[in-house]
Amino acid sequence: MVKEELSTENRPDNTAFTQQRLPAWQPILSAGIIIPGFVLIGLAFIGIGVALLVTSQSIQVMEIDYTGVDQGSPCFKCTDSTVSNCKCEIEFTIDKLFEGPVFFYYGLSNYFQNYRKYGASKDASQLSGDLDYFTSPATECDPYIKDNNDKPIVPCGSIANSMFNDSFVLSRLINGAKEVVPLDGKGISWWTDYNVKYRNPSITPLKNAFNGTVKPINWPRPAYELDTSDPANNGFINQDFLVWMRRAALPNFRKLYRRITEGNYADGLPAGDYSLEITYNYPVLSFDGRKKVVFSNVSWMGGKNEFLGIAYLVIGSLCVIMSIVMLIVYAKFKFPDED
Amino acid sequence: MFRKKPPPEEERRVRANDREYNERFQYASNCIMTSKYNIITFLPVNLFEQFQEVANTYFLFLLILQLIPQISSLSWFTTIVPLALVLSITAVKDATDDYFRHRSDNQVNNRRSQVLMRGSLQNEKWMNVRVGDIIKLENNQFVAADLLLLSSSEPHGLCYIETAELDGETNMKVRQSVSVTSEFGDLNILSSFDGEVVCEPPNNKLDRFRGTLYWRDKKYTLTNQNMLLRGCVLRNTESCFGLVIFAGPDTKLMQNSGRTKFKRTSIDRLMNTLVRWIFGFLVCMGVILALGNAVWEREVGSLFQRYLPWEPPVDNFLFSAFFSFWSYVIILNTVVPISLYVSVEVIRLGHSYFINWDQKMFCSLCSTAAEARTTTLNEELGQVEYVFSDKTGTLTQNIMSFNKCSINGQTYGELADPLGPLPKRLDFTQFNPLADPDFSFYDEKLLEAVKVGDSHTHEFFRLLSLCHTVMSEEKSEGELLYKAQSPDEGALVTAARNFGFVFRSRTPRTITTTEMGRTVTYSLLAILDFNNIRKRMSVIVRNPEGKIRLYCKGADTVLLERLHPSNQELMAVTSDHLNDYAADGLRTLALAYKDLSEDDWEEWSESHSNAEKSTDYREDRLASAYEQIEQEMMLLGATAIEDKLQEGVPETIAVLSLANIKIWVLTGDKQETAVNIGYSCKMLTDDMTEVFIISGHTVHSVRQELRNARKRMLELSQKKDGEKVEGMEGWGEACFRTNGFEDGQKGDGTAERAGGGGGGGEGNYLQRSQHSSHSSNFMDIISGECALVINGYSLAHALEADMEVEFVSTACACKAVICCRVTPLQKAQVVELIKKHKKAVTLAIGDGANDVCMIKSAHIGVGISGQEGIQAVLASDYSFSQFRFLQRLLLVHGRWSYLRMCRFLCYFFYKNFAFTMVHFWFGFFCGFSAQTVYDQYFITLYNIVYTSLPVLAMGIFDQDVPDQRSLEYPKLYEPGQLNLLFNKKEFFICIAQGIYTSLVLFFVPYAVLSDATQSTGVPLADYQTFAVTTATALVIVVSVQIALDTGFWTIFNHVFVWGSLGTYFTIMIALNSQTVFRIFPNQFHFVGSSQNTLMQPVVWLTIALATAICIVPVLAFRFLKLDLRPQLSDTVRYTQLVRQKRRKPAGVAGAWRGAGSTSEGRLLARGSSRRSGYAFAHQEGFGELITSGKNMRLSSLALASFASRHSTSWIETLRRKKNTPTPPSTAGESSPAQSCLSGSVPPLSNSSSVLGNSQETPIEEETDTTPVDNTPSEKVLFSVTSPALSAASKAADHQVSAEDT
Repeated sequence: MVKEELSTENRPDNTAFTQQRLPAWQPILSAGIIIPGFVLIGLAFIGIGVALLVTSQSIQVMEIDYTGVDQGSPCFKCTDSTVSNCKCEIEFTIDKLFEGPVFFYYGLSNYFQNYRKYGASKDASQLSGDLDYFTSPATECDPYIKDNNDKPIVPCGSIANSMFNDSFVLSRLINGAKEVVPLDGKGISWWTDYNVKYRNPSITPLKNAFNGTVKPINWPRPAYELDTSDPANNGFINQDFLVWMRRAALPNFRKLYRRITEGNYADGLPAGDYSLEITYNYPVLSFDGRKKVVFSNVSWMGGKNEFLGIAYLVIGSLCVIMSIVMLIVYAKFKFPDED
Repeated sequence: MFRKKPPPEEERRVRANDREYNERFQYASNCIMTSKYNIITFLPVNLFEQFQEVANTYFLFLLILQLIPQISSLSWFTTIVPLALVLSITAVKDATDDYFRHRSDNQVNNRRSQVLMRGSLQNEKWMNVRVGDIIKLENNQFVAADLLLLSSSEPHGLCYIETAELDGETNMKVRQSVSVTSEFGDLNILSSFDGEVVCEPPNNKLDRFRGTLYWRDKKYTLTNQNMLLRGCVLRNTESCFGLVIFAGPDTKLMQNSGRTKFKRTSIDRLMNTLVRWIFGFLVCMGVILALGNAVWEREVGSLFQRYLPWEPPVDNFLFSAFFSFWSYVIILNTVVPISLYVSVEVIRLGHSYFINWDQKMFCSLCSTAAEARTTTLNEELGQVEYVFSDKTGTLTQNIMSFNKCSINGQTYGELADPLGPLPKRLDFTQFNPLADPDFSFYDEKLLEAVKVGDSHTHEFFRLLSLCHTVMSEEKSEGELLYKAQSPDEGALVTAARNFGFVFRSRTPRTITTTEMGRTVTYSLLAILDFNNIRKRMSVIVRNPEGKIRLYCKGADTVLLERLHPSNQELMAVTSDHLNDYAADGLRTLALAYKDLSEDDWEEWSESHSNAEKSTDYREDRLASAYEQIEQEMMLLGATAIEDKLQEGVPETIAVLSLANIKIWVLTGDKQETAVNIGYSCKMLTDDMTEVFIISGHTVHSVRQELRNARKRMLELSQKKDGEKVEGMEGWGEACFRTNGFEDGQKGDGTAERAGGGGGGGEGNYLQRSQHSSHSSNFMDIISGECALVINGYSLAHALEADMEVEFVSTACACKAVICCRVTPLQKAQVVELIKKHKKAVTLAIGDGANDVCMIKSAHIGVGISGQEGIQAVLASDYSFSQFRFLQRLLLVHGRWSYLRMCRFLCYFFYKNFAFTMVHFWFGFFCGFSAQTVYDQYFITLYNIVYTSLPVLAMGIFDQDVPDQRSLEYPKLYEPGQLNLLFNKKEFFICIAQGIYTSLVLFFVPYAVLSDATQSTGVPLADYQTFAVTTATALVIVVSVQIALDTGFWTIFNHVFVWGSLGTYFTIMIALNSQTVFRIFPNQFHFVGSSQNTLMQPVVWLTIALATAICIVPVLAFRFLKLDLRPQLSDTVRYTQLVRQKRRKPAGVAGAWRGAGSTSEGRLLARGSSRRSGYAFAHQEGFGELITSGKNMRLSSLALASFASRHSTSWIETLRRKKNTPTPPSTAGESSPAQSCLSGSVPPLSNSSSVLGNSQETPIEEETDTTPVDNTPSEKVLFSVTSPALSAASKAADHQVSAEDT
């Protein structure tokens, strides 16, 4: 094409890179791609949306607020902070079979587990079983590093200290008699939390590891006695503790309490009357918080989630509408050389 | 470097051979240090320098904030890692630079020189030379310091130096020692020499030196003529001795290498403003969140103390708010990412390399590639509105060729038929073995005249061979090399050489020539040298027969006045010839001689030597002595020298003016020359309605002339206005409409419609002109087919404060402006004027030392590495060897750089706002506690790892249209000039998009996850899941966005975009892995969260939903914008795409190109007749007018047609072209001969087919085809860029194509 010129040493390299002639894909927002693309995306979203909605419809959820704000509510008596070891009982009815497996959550509202200082207030090394940090917890645990007697708190920090400590007993009322529904508390935390992140010191008995330390101020029992029924479920790898320590992202949250998977209730909670006995320990009313229990079952996509399905439907429809608008605009103003 | 600054010197005293005495003054030694650091000082000094950057200090401040536990909302490493990265990248760059400086310093400091010490010569390193030492220099050695020449091996203490390294001029210069020391050859005398020099303190004026030598109670005046400056090379002189006056950093060379002014681009300034705004925004957000925190702590936090007690010192809500403010400043600081500045630098560096690597800006003749000497200005190249060009050496080659001459009333060198084939070049080798084979002359009558021995002709060439200051070098017998002070002189002496009067060698007393094969030695009695007042030079020689004769050559105006009255008749004829030559654009000289009697000579010699010896008014006395003898001379004839135009100049100017770049020529040449050059390079055309010439000598007359010009312009435009109403067709309409009263008055301010035609331009013109006075506002809009020529002395008045506004408004209303006979300082003043009044980006291009001022003061300085040396190049920001490369530099590299930088910045701000603002929204849900949404490692790596490379790749490689398109559609350049791609509005759009994205990224996961659970029933609303989901959605959204923004997917873009996504997932999974956690249990709190989260279909559905909500509106908006308001670049890109899809063979392009290029060749041939010049312009240029050339304006190209701006949008154009029933392309297709010429280009439209082919064709090719006449075909080459071309001209084109086949 060009006559060969004298090549000289200063001549820049004639490569595609240096001459900015690299082969390149130059996409352009042509109507042929965009409009069908929008239609396809729209249809796909609508499809997913419908599937999500249908799935979501089939999920059963039951929420029971037991804070006891209302004077008529059974737990109102427990809202008085002077009463200790208060128990209250809430009865409810299930109209049709609550299909299993049923998950039993407790929920808190207006509770700021996501507050920065709250979230930072723990000692990861201590919780991974490092005994050095038992005697001198990290400063992050402030203000729950040591108690008034200058003894180290284990587990230290705000999160641990504020662990949720209401407990529940669910019974089915069969002809006036209570049949306790067995609750399964195993495996309700993340596998990695239970197996990797939190470790007890390798000292047996576990109690000895805690020599010289004190329990968190709010706790009724020390960490090594969290579960009296199952010695393996104590210390830092207690399931309830793990669930609590995985702090929530938002001020209204719920946490898994138990699963109902055993015995007669493996297929779900049959229709009937139930009673929930609550050991009411955890005060929330001082900051206008709410406590509730939630029963729910799940599908492939988890729990009930109407928003997702609706959002998909809306976005999908908008895409389709946009594609029609674009088609009209395009037909009116298209490039003259299109043919 | 860090020596203590002594008080400024008042004067310098140096005593030869007395180190003790000289040391009292603590003069600098000859050791130079250009490096900034040494190993020990590097770290502290470099860090200190870097922390002077506001950004770096800011990040340091953040780092300190983070160390305060109550405030620290992030780990310290989130700031220190990027900061360290940035600092170390810069440090490495600085260290490398400094290393090279150290190396070169060492090399220079360790050069050897012979120093006279205690009576003998000793070899010393340069660095050990002291002021007051006497040094011996040998031939071809570099001068070690600024020396006073004491003596030399040549008689009279003469020596010759080359100053290329100093001022870039390659010609030799003569230096002479003071007479009293010139005979010091003996070392003993020299070492006992104890003269004392008192002189001015060190300064950077290369051409001035004032001093006095005191020796043996006598005073001797010293001037620059006695000095050898550091950096020069001794030539043609065996050896010489010099006394060191200035050493090391005090030398003029070093004093001149001061740091040049640091230039910033307008994008830089805008960026700084925006960064300040963002800081303000950051503070606002901090305040909002702090207030939120105060309220929250009071209302909620105080009650929540059971679980989260307030701890001293933060034990009330106000304290908490105060700390919260700082905490938020830390986590929101990523809106101004530290990597911004580094990335910008990297991108610019990449663009600079592309300029250096561009083969199409490589001149194979001089083997010079283009060089971006500054790496910080690239994007400004895409915004240039005014180009200020030097003429000599820039537009012209500064290669002079002896073209015509008039001897005794007979003119030679005229072509019989200017349009016919060129006659045969004369072959001198038969006639004269010493002839220069490169010399060409075409008129054999002259050679005949020489051969038959015409005495006038012989005397004519004898004069040329004797009357000059050229030095010759004869490497081997007959192989002569002339070193001339100006190319004009070289051309004249070479002409004489070829016509048989060969200058062989000179000594101070003799000149040896070979006249018609016979060696003759003349004794040289005197040289009456040239200066710009005298405008002539003479020599007085005695020939071997003993006759004394004065030969004189000089400007005709000067010389013709000094002729003997008997020359009246010859003078008239010669004057006519001179006028013809000047009109042809040639540089003319008149030649004369005078016989002197022995008595005359004796008498004059006496008065001359008296004048020479006098100490006061020496110059004046010499001048009057010269004046005295240069009288009553006999006219011999005149010479005409052609100043060759550089290749591709007219085309480049045409293309640049199409790109709406205004070109001003600033030249030292006289008016006629400049105007002629203006015509030959098509700045001025015959189609111009009017060329105003401002040449008033008084303030009043200049003002009056300017006013008249404006009045006239106004009249013209009103006239056009009237015509337009009647429906004026053709280019006039197009031109007028862009001047746009009509469109402009709509006031729609369609600034974003840049490429869509004139519309964008007008809107902006209106907006911009509102700043200036009302009258200039109006003049801006007129902008018509007028040109302005202004003289240096008028310019001096016009530049005065009270008239400058008037001048600017008049000049800017003209299409072309030529300033002639301007001084270097005026050049710079003009540039400053435009910078001050127009707020436009200016570019100055020049090649000589006289352009340095202008180059330095313009926004962008371009140096032509050509004939005149390297001073301009050294001062420039960009350099290359041909003016025509300017179009590629601006339209291709500049445009791309601007585009890339703008896209980069838009995206960069977008991605950081999208990233950071999520924290803001989260603040409302976490008690304004400065809790971050993301993992701290994600925050650390987001800017430097996950999102840096794709946007860098886009910033470096992106192209919207290929390079050849931007040359073909110069209008594509306009968005840059109007600053449309990145301005405050665009910035706010980016920011808005970023904030929108952040909203979506926060609230979609919020809405979905708050109640969602895993399929195992575990809730998904825990903090870590939320963080991972948001981060993943963010990375995906910004990656999709960069994918949308990238218009040019090279392999790098693919690797970087996909690689970044891959890296994100890899790093995240690695950081969340058990292995890493087991090693550092305290650092990686997110163990297992990515695995847990990313396994959940709900999470992916959330991410998909967020992505769709973020991207779909952008896609729809862009598509609609493309359809409803396409930019020119979109249209070009689109047609290109269509063309690629439907590639089919068609024959037009080749033939059409052929037509275009042939006309180019023709043009050069014919255009040459316009070039004008004035010999010695190289040196002087401010002479009186030689003659007023009659400007026969060759009615050539209808430049106006392609210069007119577009009246309609490009779509319109394409449509019109398509609908033209007989586009030339069909003609092309019908011709089989053409199809073999052109590759495969489909006949999409006239434009695309013509231009399509040049894709593979570099521009050089355009000019080297054989000349075949046709002006209209020229029109075709450019008309493609002008949609305003009427159907009528299209028909003409068609006809041309038929002719060509």
